[in-house]
Amino acid sequence: MRVIVGQGSCGLAAGAAKVHQELEKQIKENGLNIHVEITGCIGNCYLEPIVDVIDDQGVKKTYVCVKPEMVKEIVEQHLQGNSAVEKYLISKEDSAILRKQKRVALRNCGIIDPTSIEEYIALDGYKATEKAVTNMTPEQVVDVIKASGLRGRGGAGFPTWFKWDAARKSPGPDKYMVCNADEGDPGAFMDRSVLEGDPHSVIEGMVIGGYAMGAVEGIIYVRAEYPLAIKRLETAIEQAREKGFLGKNVFGSKFSFDIRIKAGAGAFVCGEETALIASLEGERGMPRLKPPFPAQKGYFQKPTNINNVETFANVAWIIHNGAAAYAAMGTEKAKGTKVFALTGKINKGGLVEIPMGLPLREVIYDIGGGIRNGKAFKAVQMGGPSGGCIPASLIDTTVDYEALTKTGAIMGSGGMVVMDETTCMVDMARFFLSFTRKESCGKCTYCRVGTKRMLEILERITQGEGKDGDIELLEELAAKVKDGAMCGLGQTAPNPVQTTIRYFRNEYEDHIYKKKCTAKSCKSLLTFSIDKDKCTGCTSCARKCPVKAISGEVKKTHEIDPHVCIRCGKCLETCKFKAILVD
Amino acid sequence: MSCEKNGCKCNGNSEFKFVQLDPVIEKYKNVPGSLIKILQAAQDINGFLSKDIINYIANGTGIKPAKIYGVATFYAQFRTKPIGKYLIMLCKGTACHVNGADMIEEAICEELNIAEGETTADGLFTLNCVACLGCCSLSPVMMINGEAFGKLTKESVKKILYELRNQERAEGVK
Repeated sequence: MRVIVGQGSCGLAAGAAKVHQELEKQIKENGLNIHVEITGCIGNCYLEPIVDVIDDQGVKKTYVCVKPEMVKEIVEQHLQGNSAVEKYLISKEDSAILRKQKRVALRNCGIIDPTSIEEYIALDGYKATEKAVTNMTPEQVVDVIKASGLRGRGGAGFPTWFKWDAARKSPGPDKYMVCNADEGDPGAFMDRSVLEGDPHSVIEGMVIGGYAMGAVEGIIYVRAEYPLAIKRLETAIEQAREKGFLGKNVFGSKFSFDIRIKAGAGAFVCGEETALIASLEGERGMPRLKPPFPAQKGYFQKPTNINNVETFANVAWIIHNGAAAYAAMGTEKAKGTKVFALTGKINKGGLVEIPMGLPLREVIYDIGGGIRNGKAFKAVQMGGPSGGCIPASLIDTTVDYEALTKTGAIMGSGGMVVMDETTCMVDMARFFLSFTRKESCGKCTYCRVGTKRMLEILERITQGEGKDGDIELLEELAAKVKDGAMCGLGQTAPNPVQTTIRYFRNEYEDHIYKKKCTAKSCKSLLTFSIDKDKCTGCTSCARKCPVKAISGEVKKTHEIDPHVCIRCGKCLETCKFKAILVD
Repeated sequence: MSCEKNGCKCNGNSEFKFVQLDPVIEKYKNVPGSLIKILQAAQDINGFLSKDIINYIANGTGIKPAKIYGVATFYAQFRTKPIGKYLIMLCKGTACHVNGADMIEEAICEELNIAEGETTADGLFTLNCVACLGCCSLSPVMMINGEAFGKLTKESVKKILYELRNQERAEGVK
């Protein structure tokens, strides 16, 4: 009998550690001899904490939303009595979600113990590395990756083989392979889950890539906000060194390669490769002009290749299973799979890995279970602050680089934030601009000042002070910031504004000309009033009102003075009779 | 400026306070590109990067204080002011924003009577808003000294803070 508790960051946040403790306590009290194991994130974040029980026949039962008080029953009835506690098990509908996915990058996440190299090896781990360094030439490795059609999963979708090949052909003995694990897009956590749940797959990808380009060292640049990922990577690197998979003469070959971790310090712009290199060198993370490309002059002026975590996680699978198997998935121009972090107003949020080419509708409704609380789907935001909003009318767009770019959004690194009728699109544009304004490194004037001016206009509009001509001014500034910025941050920062104006221009106009927020999200544009039929005159709203805008006698209908009201919403929270109207 | 004004409790003898940093400086001073690592270690030891500790690093490494300050202020992780006993990191990522992180911020500010980036007068709580904690499916989320709290509501967040404060008071009485 085996007991496994999912302990990625999200599982832990949902209370997995307490469940683990309780399991150990109850197992001990029942005199059982079972070691409680851990695993990474399986992706069904909305069901965390998740506990798997595998019996001696290998039958797996999955308990979801486990609370410490449920543990006693599970231990006594299932572990002791060998019959599952049906009421706590995962529903058929939920377990079907996993079957709709195609897991390559996430193949081991939520299945193996990320702190055990043996479990990774048992599932064909490091076989691809052995094959590459002992049986293939670097050129052959590049050719396999080329044939697989793997493109960078960090967002831009540049062919991986091309970068490796360029770095390989670049002269010089010291070359570096860098893993970009500075996952900065708010609303995205794919890389974190891979690093926490299957760190060896990333190490393997780096070793194989390092061999292909002729690198001497690998560096993983991880966000400091991901302490658990750093811990698990450190353990994994140590284990790989002990086995001889890293260090001098990998698998007894002539190829020597080691990996170290560098913790980032929190700057979104460091996702841009030249900024990341500057940060690796201990400087302010500011981008520089390209060319020279990092493949020619990168880390300390040496040829450097940078790939994203998810890209690396695919590499070993491709070498082991062959390029054709990978290329068989996806569309003509976008091969393989892509991991998405499905969040926002969705019923079943979490990590999903799907073959390229799947329509958004299937991702949101079939896998994500549709919109929370039966509300209407309004838009999905892809690609974070560099991406755009795709409206409900384009929900049949397929997930591939070209189709998504056509809508004005981008594939991005994999954030997919779903919005419903209560999300104000002008406010979303404001939100993303406030992010990029803060994260702009300040080097290019258009990005530094342009994003600030755009943000000011958006703030004015959401506060009900929008003027005629604001939309046009935003459009003009957006185009200029795109042209005037040197790096990807500035060039894409206006995307959220441009796509929301393109698809939701009416919302902008409502805010500016009618002073109305149809989503009822922008507080300054709301009016609070009292429903005369429902008000009982209990006075509780009047007592709570911080500005004394509500008047009325006891047991008589109350009234809100709109000129005094600051729209704080206190009355709405207080009223037990649903008598506060918001318009 | 005296050390105390910076929140340092070394009675002006900053040299004494920062000796813990010596092995780190020794290890990395000749390794190019290690400034961020040294600053991370310094912040772990001191809680924040005071002028004194920046000068101390400058003396040890030969890097100019202005450059160190430039790096320290570029990255979100580094603080140049002391923080409270409990550091509240409120997630303002996209998923949290859509699910009402602003409301949670309001509730925290109301409960603690501070604004974003400030520390309570009793030195217990500091509120920092961060870009994304990566727990999007539990949004809205905050992290207090490394422990994550998910699916927050105005009520639950006030309760969490109230309990922490009570716990501190109880310990103070002992």
